Amino acid sequence: MLLVDGLTKSFDGFLAVKNVSFEVAEGEILGLIGPNGSGKSTTFNLIAGALKPTAGSVRFRGAEIGGLPAYRVAHAGIGRTHQIPKPFRKLSLVDNVALAAFYGANETISREEAYRRAKDTLALVGIVSTDVQKLGAAGLKKLELARALATQPKLLLADESLGGLDHGEMEQAAELLAAIRGKRGITIVWVEHIMGVLMRVVDRCVVLDHGEVIARGRPAEVARDPKVIEVYLGTDAPEVQAATHARRQ
Amino acid sequence: MNYPLHLAILVLLWGYIYTSWSLMGRLGLVSFGHGAFMGIGAYTVVMLWNHFGLSPWLGAIAAFVFSAVVAIVIGWPCFRFRIVGHYFALVTLALSEVTRLIFIAARDHTGGSLGATPNGALVDGTSASLWALQFSSKLPWLLIVTALWLFGLWVWRQVDRSMGRLALQAISEEEEAAASIGIHVTRAKLRITIISALMTCAGGILYAQYQLYVNPDTVSGIAISLQMVFGVIAGGMFVMLGPTVGAAFTLLLAEGLRLAFGNRYPALDATIYGVMLVLFIIYMPKGILGAALEGWKAARRRKAAPA
Repeated sequence: MLLVDGLTKSFDGFLAVKNVSFEVAEGEILGLIGPNGSGKSTTFNLIAGALKPTAGSVRFRGAEIGGLPAYRVAHAGIGRTHQIPKPFRKLSLVDNVALAAFYGANETISREEAYRRAKDTLALVGIVSTDVQKLGAAGLKKLELARALATQPKLLLADESLGGLDHGEMEQAAELLAAIRGKRGITIVWVEHIMGVLMRVVDRCVVLDHGEVIARGRPAEVARDPKVIEVYLGTDAPEVQAATHARRQ
Repeated sequence: MNYPLHLAILVLLWGYIYTSWSLMGRLGLVSFGHGAFMGIGAYTVVMLWNHFGLSPWLGAIAAFVFSAVVAIVIGWPCFRFRIVGHYFALVTLALSEVTRLIFIAARDHTGGSLGATPNGALVDGTSASLWALQFSSKLPWLLIVTALWLFGLWVWRQVDRSMGRLALQAISEEEEAAASIGIHVTRAKLRITIISALMTCAGGILYAQYQLYVNPDTVSGIAISLQMVFGVIAGGMFVMLGPTVGAAFTLLLAEGLRLAFGNRYPALDATIYGVMLVLFIIYMPKGILGAALEGWKAARRRKAAPA
């Protein structure tokens, strides 16, 4: 579904992403992981059109989307969330999501249809509050997700959906992503630097370090990979082991 | 009877122009360049009439095309390269001043800083010429500007109720997030800018025809652009009638000062404007009407729920 090939991004000579290639199959959840500064978010922004690649290609459902502006990537069927939530605070909650439904769809829909889709999506992600100002960290992450989903994407790019959440909220967020794939059949690329919870949900992982792919494969394989352990050593390594252990049981 | 009529015409005309400015101003696109569009409207029509005998109705078409081109030439690069906030204000400020200087520089055709008068069409005792858009009585003008003002309010309401207004609000808060949900940011901004510019241009055309006089300083330049911004901030840019209240307020203030002090202190009104602008921005950012409506709503809430 998504084919990233030789993707490279240079910021004034600094190579943030070097020749990154990976593939995402329809219907899977792919974890794009790596420590802070490993180039995950840059890769993500290159796919989403927030940044233009220096070299390489991004093909989505057979068409080249590398270098397209963000709104066209959205119309092509890719929804994204932001690592730091970017709600439209002056708009109501439902307006936030309805805008995404109205402008993100690759078809012309009526306002009524946009608001109907917005309400469905808010129910799916389980936001109970009605006021953007009253949303906490977890609520804002859910709003990001709702806005991305309202554009009716085929592929969802979820950026650090767990950052800033407590353990229970992380579990809920992970379940939510799994449920979204299940209910809506949306393919997901999930970027995260915390490995724990993610490892139980994703089908495959791609591990980045210093802008390069250092490992790829099923979570259990990746977690045993010496290079990955070295990168995460002393931080998440025991957590990784525990997570993969839990999965096997 | 003529003086109150004259004031009413000016309040409605400026109210319409301020409303046109606010269409984009209240959505985060604060332009200090609308004097340019007013000036283009005023000068294009008068010059085509004086030099080629072209009716203002046809001249208006040329003025609209010209304004749209200028709006695109200035707006597109700004929006494409994300020139926002203070930088956008500076670019537009330059636009209004450049326009004024061009009118002055082309003095052989425009009359320079002395201004120009449209050739009179009311000869042999005729009192009205629709073709030349000249009327000797003020009543037709009152009707025309009332219609125009109502049209401005109608456009405001249409914009207010559209998804485009929500999109522009979203853009003004989080441009990147707005793009990520499929909003074509450059096109959305350009569309409202062109609407606002064309409406302001129409205001400039009628202002010149009503006064039967154009001058670089009274229809373009920084002073006029600032006057629009100040008037709108004073009246309130987030409510439909706010810009009109602002127009009434600024006009009555200027006239009041003129009546009270005559021409003894020529820069007095500008000085008072400046001080009041600062006070408004600090203490009444929603403007006179915005603050009044808020106070009224708060009073009603207190009445409805006596504690």
